[in-house]
Amino acid sequence: MPAAHEVRMKDADAERTAFATRSLVTFLAIVVLFGILMARMIWLMAYQRGEHLAHSNENSVQLAPLAPARGLVFDRHGETLAHNHPIFSLALVPEHVADMDATLAELDQLVLITETQLESFRNRLRKRRRPLEEIPLKFNITESERAAVEVNRHRLGGVRVLPEIVRHYPYGELMAHAVGSVRRVNEEDLKRLDPTRYRATRFLGKRGVEAFYEDALHGEPGFHAMEVDVLGRVRKELSRVAPTPGGNITLHLDARLQIAASAALGQRRGAVVALAPDGGVLAMVSHPGYEPNLFVTGMDPADYQELVSSRDTPLLNRASQGRYAPGSTFKLVVALAALAMGFTDWERIIEDRGEFRIGGRVRRDWSWQPGNAGGQGLVDLRRAIYRSSNVYFYDLGAKMPTDALPSFAAQFGFGEVTALDFADAVPGLLPNNAWKMGHKGERWYPGDTVNMAIGQGDLEVTPLQLATMAATIANRGEFVAPRMLKSRDVSEVELKNGTAAAERPTPRRVEGPTAEDWERLIDAMEDVVHRGNQGYRQNGTAWAHIGRDIAYRMAGKSGTAQVVEIPEGEEYDEEELDEYHRKHAWFIAFAPADAPQIAVAVLVENGGGGSSVAGPVAREVIDAYLLPRLAERPLAAKSKRADSAGA
Amino acid sequence: MPRSGGSERTSSLHVDPWLLLALAALVGFGLLVLNSAARNDPAVLGAQALRLVIGFVVMLVVAQLSPRLFRRWMPALYLVAVGLLAVVMLVGATAKGSQRWLDLPGLPRFQPSELVKLAVPLAAAWYLHDRPLPPNLRDVAVVLLMAGVPAGLIAMQPDLGTALLVCAGGFGVLLLAGLRWRHLAYAGGAGLAAAPLLWFFVMRDYQKQRVLTLFDPGRDPQGAGWNILQSKTAIGSGGFRGKGLFEGTQSQLGFLPESRTDFIIAVIGEELGLIGVTVAMALYVVVIARGLYIATQARDTFARLAAGGLTLVFFAYVFVNIAMVSGLLPVVGVPLPLVSYGGTAAVTVLVSFGIVLSAYERGR
Repeated sequence: MPAAHEVRMKDADAERTAFATRSLVTFLAIVVLFGILMARMIWLMAYQRGEHLAHSNENSVQLAPLAPARGLVFDRHGETLAHNHPIFSLALVPEHVADMDATLAELDQLVLITETQLESFRNRLRKRRRPLEEIPLKFNITESERAAVEVNRHRLGGVRVLPEIVRHYPYGELMAHAVGSVRRVNEEDLKRLDPTRYRATRFLGKRGVEAFYEDALHGEPGFHAMEVDVLGRVRKELSRVAPTPGGNITLHLDARLQIAASAALGQRRGAVVALAPDGGVLAMVSHPGYEPNLFVTGMDPADYQELVSSRDTPLLNRASQGRYAPGSTFKLVVALAALAMGFTDWERIIEDRGEFRIGGRVRRDWSWQPGNAGGQGLVDLRRAIYRSSNVYFYDLGAKMPTDALPSFAAQFGFGEVTALDFADAVPGLLPNNAWKMGHKGERWYPGDTVNMAIGQGDLEVTPLQLATMAATIANRGEFVAPRMLKSRDVSEVELKNGTAAAERPTPRRVEGPTAEDWERLIDAMEDVVHRGNQGYRQNGTAWAHIGRDIAYRMAGKSGTAQVVEIPEGEEYDEEELDEYHRKHAWFIAFAPADAPQIAVAVLVENGGGGSSVAGPVAREVIDAYLLPRLAERPLAAKSKRADSAGA
Repeated sequence: MPRSGGSERTSSLHVDPWLLLALAALVGFGLLVLNSAARNDPAVLGAQALRLVIGFVVMLVVAQLSPRLFRRWMPALYLVAVGLLAVVMLVGATAKGSQRWLDLPGLPRFQPSELVKLAVPLAAAWYLHDRPLPPNLRDVAVVLLMAGVPAGLIAMQPDLGTALLVCAGGFGVLLLAGLRWRHLAYAGGAGLAAAPLLWFFVMRDYQKQRVLTLFDPGRDPQGAGWNILQSKTAIGSGGFRGKGLFEGTQSQLGFLPESRTDFIIAVIGEELGLIGVTVAMALYVVVIARGLYIATQARDTFARLAAGGLTLVFFAYVFVNIAMVSGLLPVVGVPLPLVSYGGTAAVTVLVSFGIVLSAYERGR
């Protein structure tokens, strides 16, 4: 390259100066560009900070609700009827499972999973659920299954072994109908439950006390804020608001009496309700029952189907939901009604030949014999009760104007739910003219009152209602509504809201009968049990079955309710009838007759005779309750009686 | 031409203390943040520290060489780099969906594109050093070609970020060489004209996604928009003081992707806040200012253009990275130099500062 050329074209000093100028300009441009970056940073970090911070927290902070511990249920002696115990369940978070089929196959190698468990899991998978919710696959896995899953945890993404607190009913089937049960919150429940309060709740009271006192038992949820990573794994707990456990409740139930009542009923279908004079439910048995613990952790669909569709209706609480004709037990109400309205008195006597004619129709009762040789002969009201004369009560029924009897009977709580805290009680049916016009399009005939006078016809009652009637008579006309709850913890929330006030209504009296009427009625009921060795047609209907060796004074009344219509005057052979068409046996009683401590109603479905079948059950129940108490405090009982006599 | 300072050179290290200090501060700051981003994993910190030490040693060695040595060997170096680039296109190892790595037996795995990042500004300086400046249109075209060919090859890997930096190398040298504003305007116009062509014929779908995401990160928050959404969240949630080292939820809990590498400025933003970001940018400004100052003081045109061009490449690194992470530019794979985790890039950057330092003339 020629030097001259270079000198002409390249001027080192000029280039240096030009370069310096360019560098300066470029540097200024760089400073401006850095300024843009700084402005951007300030924009993000100052102006938009709030929204970015919120998004950042949304990413990493997961608020998880904490379920409150459900309140416990105790019987009157502090015996635990429902509590919570820990189990381990196997569950999956579908969002975190990469390959569901592969994971399930893998789990199948480690844990015994039945077809039905798999099926219900897949069902739950399809249903509406909360995001990131664990879907249970198997409840109550064994210790070794748990270990097997934990060891293989790295291969089982999305699989969780959940320590879970579940409801447990230590008495199982025995208390199923009395205490009720919880079941897993389902799709339907989610729609109507308070979403805040029930965020973490897995179980909901569905039956009995569990359902009625759901609010008190549930408690308030807590929350914990957890830091989670991008894969949703919890890194640490940031804060925690502890849940408030639900309140404990104590029931009037007496577990020992419940056991005795259940044993007395044995394998027979039926119900026993025992009330304290204050209305507290001491025992409530309905056979057949069901195993409530199965409801908690989910049962085999086939087993559930069987429970639902069984002819023996094990899910029906016969005590509060079963509707039956009361039969002769209703005569007590009729007697009081007739006394109150002046259609009879204790001295009036009629002749009972086992047959009664009204409006050209002939009614014959159980004692009728060809040639009108049956019946009870000459009967007064007392004898009509202890011999259970139908004719006497037909006669009373025929005297009563339309609606007089239903109006009077309503005072005992028939036709309505008077029970204070039953989730499932039904009102039964106390028919009257208006009802009949509405449902049958016919007016009320005198014959309808005649039918009602012996507890038949359209009249339907529950064992709970008959027990309430028995208690009302035991209380000499003071009506007390039955209730399960004896006492309960008052939550802080309730204290604050002032909603913890006593819910007990003031007792009311049955109007009409005099004090003497009540006493003489009870005397007649004592005769039902105790009048014996008097000869033909002279003994109480139940004496031979329960009254021979009884240690205390019991007032009682039997009843036998027809299940199917028997053609007029036709005899039929119980043995030939289908079992489910046989008569229901009733017995109501209370004791001790002069200072009652317990009132009982017993129903044996299709059992036959009230005195012979239901009577012994009532006797066993009352024995179980009363004998230990009488042995403990015989003097106290006597002195109390002396006091009241003195007053 | 013998150097007057020859005796000086033998008696002490040929370095600019200010640049060295600024680089050391930057590296120290980077390791501090990386340690947090790596969740205190000593293996990560150790590996990076080792690379940086090697990088500093290489830098100091390179600093002792004469710029003339580079000038002499530059054409060969450039051809070798572009040649390797061609080889990698044929036999390169694939990582993260693109061919960047060259696995040669006996040599550590490296990316020829890193070499190109050095070679292009140096080659441009070599080409222009004995030509009349400001360059005429023909020379501008030649330099653009020198940068454009390798940049095109790199873009095909595809590695848009590095291609961009290679272009920045060529362009930076032209700018410092006195590129006429008129020509700059042409280039700008040509660039705008080429944009639709790039969009329709060159860019791949995922690259288009990134551009679209820039304008509307919410359009696909779980997919293409995820990175930028999370990085903006990380930076923005840091606020003035930041959440503290190891305390950034975005960084520590895996929400921020690539937190150790390309997106580490978001970790600085989240954990050290605006203060940390300002410190980082200030250190970069000092390094760049000092690099340009050294260039202005250099003895000859080649040294000036080389030192200045390499400094501008460094700036391009920083700017593209921060702009991309803060959502001002589409996401292209450019690390934050000397702070992001990664060996080749750090060593390349330190070697480039070795060359800058070699141009350093003391006491002028």
